[in-house]
Amino acid sequence: MFSVPTIIILISITLAVYRALKGPTVFDRLLAANVIGTGTVMFLALYGFLTGRPDFLDIGLTYLLLNLVGTLAVLKYFRYGSLGHGEEE
Amino acid sequence: MILLTLMAIVVIGIIRFKNLFNVIILGSIYSFLMASILLVLDAVDVALTEASVGAGISTVLMLSALYLTKRNENPITHNQIWPLLIALITGALLVFGTYGMPEFGIINTPMHNHVGGEYLARSISDTGIENVVTSVLASYRGFDTLGEVTVIFTAAIGIIAILKKTKTKVK
Repeated sequence: MFSVPTIIILISITLAVYRALKGPTVFDRLLAANVIGTGTVMFLALYGFLTGRPDFLDIGLTYLLLNLVGTLAVLKYFRYGSLGHGEEE
Repeated sequence: MILLTLMAIVVIGIIRFKNLFNVIILGSIYSFLMASILLVLDAVDVALTEASVGAGISTVLMLSALYLTKRNENPITHNQIWPLLIALITGALLVFGTYGMPEFGIINTPMHNHVGGEYLARSISDTGIENVVTSVLASYRGFDTLGEVTVIFTAAIGIIAILKKTKTKVK
């Protein structure tokens, strides 16, 4: 029951990797990185249920927060050309 | 297996790209794939560390470093055969080393027979700490942990010093 979504998530991660390598602009790659982060979280949740031990669901929250911080840092760099004050991240 | 293939593809992409900005994004992707693989291998704590350090902190730090340098890689001018040779030899040695490891999943490995049981049995009477991981890190391996903390502290001082310098230079 959980194996089909897991395979679909893996396929979507594969497509996102393709976009990250092929993508013409930086934003394509950045969006692909974000999608891969989200896909990782989905994979984590599904794999937990697939193996019958959904104990690590809260780790997915940490992954999502890190993904957000990384994406924001990259976008901020792209917008301002630097990370602002450097040490605030 | 799919994840490993994807990781190999991402690494080839990292080598091929000359724009360091793309390389940083691909490095973040690599860390997330690595975290997935470690999760499948049932090493959740390592996966968490990989995601936080690899995808979170090092992306930010690499971007800060990118601010100090140029956006594109310099073209390679020196001879590339020696680095390839050294990498191949090191890889072959590592693969050779895996043949000396015990079989996957058996219980009689040295890792399970060494001191773990002693720690579990004597932790409370020795240290009075209920969490065994804490007692091992803070008491049995106290000097080890002190050294690690020193290394991390030094690295943090270095990073702060480098970033501070650019801030004043910009102003």
